[in-house]
Amino acid sequence: MPHATALHFAPPRLSLRFLAVWRRNFLVWKKLALPSIVGNLADPVIYMLGLGYGLGLLVPEVEGVSYIAFLAGGTLAYSTMNAATFEALYSGFSRMHVQKTWEAIMNAPIALDDIVAAELVWAASKSCLAGVAILAVIAAFGFTASPLALAAIPVVFLTGLCFAALGLIMTALAPSYDFFMYYFTLFITPMTLLSGVFFPQGQLPDSVQLIASALPLSHAVSLIRPLLLGQVPAQIGLHLGVLALITVLAFWLALGLTRRRLLK
Amino acid sequence: MPLEISGLVKRFGTGPDAREVVRGLDLKLERGECFALLGPNGAGKTTTLRCALGLAEASVGSIRLCGLPVPAQAREARARVGVVPQTDSLDPDFTCAENLVVFAGYFGIPERDIRPRVPELLAFAGLEGKENARIQSLSGGMKRRLTLARALVNKPELLILDEPTTGLDPQARHLIWERLRRLTAEGTTILLTTHFMDEAERLAHRLAILDTGRILAQGSPREVIAAHIEPQVVEVFGDWTGEGAASGAAAWAARHAEALSRRCEISGETAFCYTDDAAPLLAHLAHQPGLRTLHRPANLEDVFLKLTGRELRD
Repeated sequence: MPHATALHFAPPRLSLRFLAVWRRNFLVWKKLALPSIVGNLADPVIYMLGLGYGLGLLVPEVEGVSYIAFLAGGTLAYSTMNAATFEALYSGFSRMHVQKTWEAIMNAPIALDDIVAAELVWAASKSCLAGVAILAVIAAFGFTASPLALAAIPVVFLTGLCFAALGLIMTALAPSYDFFMYYFTLFITPMTLLSGVFFPQGQLPDSVQLIASALPLSHAVSLIRPLLLGQVPAQIGLHLGVLALITVLAFWLALGLTRRRLLK
Repeated sequence: MPLEISGLVKRFGTGPDAREVVRGLDLKLERGECFALLGPNGAGKTTTLRCALGLAEASVGSIRLCGLPVPAQAREARARVGVVPQTDSLDPDFTCAENLVVFAGYFGIPERDIRPRVPELLAFAGLEGKENARIQSLSGGMKRRLTLARALVNKPELLILDEPTTGLDPQARHLIWERLRRLTAEGTTILLTTHFMDEAERLAHRLAILDTGRILAQGSPREVIAAHIEPQVVEVFGDWTGEGAASGAAAWAARHAEALSRRCEISGETAFCYTDDAAPLLAHLAHQPGLRTLHRPANLEDVFLKLTGRELRD
């Protein structure tokens, strides 16, 4: 029915009612805030310190700074991506499919559009909370000293929105949790390695560089790393614009797929 | 009018694969009544409810919920409706009280307004003092009752329940029935789906029997029974060894049922004989060795099985 498809993919109809749903997720998170933060913090910090100090002995300087200072910005970017992605995939799928939380909310005067928008903003919020914790660790170790690092926080939030929106597409399509494995092995993991998190993209072959620089995580790294190093990023508008554009388009697609899945 | 559905058709899919799940359904609920939608699995009950709430779009037909057009103003209409869905969807991360408070938030009801009502809502559901109980610690019946309390946070004009007592023990069912009767006595309109005939017979002022997306019978339980089935039923079962090699109730029915009852249906090892006057049949059966009988007035289940057939629905 082309008619129904057109309806499903109509533009999002957003309202502030999403806040009630966001608040629900926040209240659940608050109950388990400490383990949640530690969970989001431990892995990236261990990698950053391990690789930073270990490899740092072999690589004295990258792009004019110590390897661990270089790694700090990349770590903040990719851990934000991971936190937002996990929340949108696994937790989102639990609420949509397993616990039927969305179904219950839709019986109240809240539209599906508001629920999916709440998931988007919530996943970004959670990744931002984790990001702030990582930033605090980075600052505590002295890997960033510039007040510009604070400007990384809104960029972290935007990065969270972008990956939450992409993740919600997968959630809308997933028959079960196992499905998310494909997304991680085929998209997230390769992107982490190609986006200049662990080494400068200049090390990649030219042809790969072209593709790699278009990846959403590359744009996040291009913004976050200079800010942590106390520099104003080059091409700010381009990087912010790409992240925002991906967020809008991915959210629209995710919402259309979710409407098709649930409103029948 | 709490709910008015006319000419509802709902199709899934397109072209040759299209399935019509609801095929021209009309329904009008009066204020303060309890209306039951009865039907076997796949009859279109849940789909009808989803359309009524604006969660699925009707292929054809018009719907007004609490006087508002659906789906155009479904969201506004849902603010005045309470829903007990078929599957439990309580928040496992919250306590009983938190479930009510957070759900009220979806209606824009602030915490200071709902908090004082929590004890009263829990008491209504027979969950006194369970404010801080975790959802995992509740039995199936308690979860169902909490879901009922949750559906009442907005003091709904219309309460919609999709199979509210499926999977519950008799004690829990009776408590839910009693609470629903109390709600209708206070003026709440109730629409429920069920495939328990006794539930419909006890609770519903009016009911509709639904199958393959159409209403087959509608009216008060008494009216439906009177209009669609003979008043007396004699169930015949056991080992019949009356004549020759044939044995069993089915063999007896093949030879004698037609002459002694208006209509006879065989289901498994039992013959159901429907009649206006059971006396001649009972007199005959008294002399049949091995056969046992149960004589009773016809009920809603007999109507249901007559209209929807005896074969299994999956």
